[in-house]
Amino acid sequence: MFEVIDLKGPQLPAISFRLGAGELVCLSGPSGAGKTLLLRALADLDANSGRVVLDGVPRPQITAPLWRRQVAYLPAESRWWAATVGEHFPDVQQSLLTELGFAPDVGSWQVERLSSGERQRLALARMLANQPRVLLLDEPTANLDPENIGIVERLVTEYIRVQQAACLWVTHAPEQIARIADRALYLDAGRISERKAA
Amino acid sequence: MIQLSLLDLSIAALLVIALAFTSARIYPGLARQLLVAALRTAIQLTLIGLILKALFANANLLWVALMAMVMLAVAGREVMARQHRRFAGRWGYGIGAVSMFISSFTVALFALIVVIGNDPWYQPQYAIPLLGMLLGNTMNGISLALDRLTQSAWEMRETIEARLILGHRAEDAVSDIRRQVFRSGLIPIINAMAAAGIVSLPGMMTGQILAGAEPTEAVKYQILIMFLISAGAGFGTLAAVHLGVRRLFDERQRLRLDRLQRQV
Repeated sequence: MFEVIDLKGPQLPAISFRLGAGELVCLSGPSGAGKTLLLRALADLDANSGRVVLDGVPRPQITAPLWRRQVAYLPAESRWWAATVGEHFPDVQQSLLTELGFAPDVGSWQVERLSSGERQRLALARMLANQPRVLLLDEPTANLDPENIGIVERLVTEYIRVQQAACLWVTHAPEQIARIADRALYLDAGRISERKAA
Repeated sequence: MIQLSLLDLSIAALLVIALAFTSARIYPGLARQLLVAALRTAIQLTLIGLILKALFANANLLWVALMAMVMLAVAGREVMARQHRRFAGRWGYGIGAVSMFISSFTVALFALIVVIGNDPWYQPQYAIPLLGMLLGNTMNGISLALDRLTQSAWEMRETIEARLILGHRAEDAVSDIRRQVFRSGLIPIINAMAAAGIVSLPGMMTGQILAGAEPTEAVKYQILIMFLISAGAGFGTLAAVHLGVRRLFDERQRLRLDRLQRQV
């Protein structure tokens, strides 16, 4: 359902792969191999060339804002532009936050007082509120404690299963790959290769 | 009007030299800059005096237009030079120059034809000083705004992209920055208007009074100029911010900071 053919950027070598519906694929590789650049190119944040197809529709046929809602990128560090949590979520989606285990008054929480775990879970919720078809997660649990790692992993795997979405999850932890991945890809020296998920 | 002699100006120049001399030990580079700037003022103003004299003697639309274009070209360069991070290539010059052209020239034409209503409308004695004041102030507003725009985009790139990622349109992703930038471009003229006559006596009016004009007449011209300047600076800043924001993003609404280059 998500097809990438010869995707290339200024510092990104040509890369091809595909993700199936309901599939969670982990991506690893040495730092500097271009994992973040790959995710950014897929979300169409940097200039790039090549063919990317979502559910049979080539990227140029979808407007950029709509594309980024459907092919959603979660950077390693989340950014917030307003003072309270609620300002980052359109009104109708407040219910989603309660479903995700946040207190009903979460909308009025101050962003700067959030713990790193809360920040990351809220960033994920903010992204999932758009109901993306493809999730591009850049080390989403790197700064989290085991409990929050578990919450994020459950949230994502559940979403993918229910929505039949696809996910490319960058991680360096072999035990995490073993826990969540259907498949594992390895990016190094401009080549992407299949690795057996343990 | 009391005529100033070369000696009078030399005495005034002593003040600047004294300042340069005093600050030379603490800020050697600045003293040099000060002297060079003072020298430039003397030479540039003397030259423009001669040019204006020649221009006033034969009021020809072609000469007035040529003079206006030279002024615009220099102002465009000045806007570009004041950017910490400016748009690379011809955009660095183009955005400022085009915005100034749109706003200053339109407002100047409006004032000359509709408000002042001189015959011919391009009479250089009115057209050139008016355009000069408009360009000078518009240039300030535009260079402040563009500098703030590119700097903010650079500093807040991750926040801007955080919004793009969520499917916000480019113009929404920079809406807060845009507001602040527009404000920073307009604040100087708002302050000038608010303080005029109380804290400061504006230069043009003071000049007219020194030259022997009736204060109430000088005031009317000053009010006119203030209104024109605020319109020129405001519309110019609007245009520059609009063009700048468009250039910051490409057709796929990606934030293109690679289109900026840092001033060395």
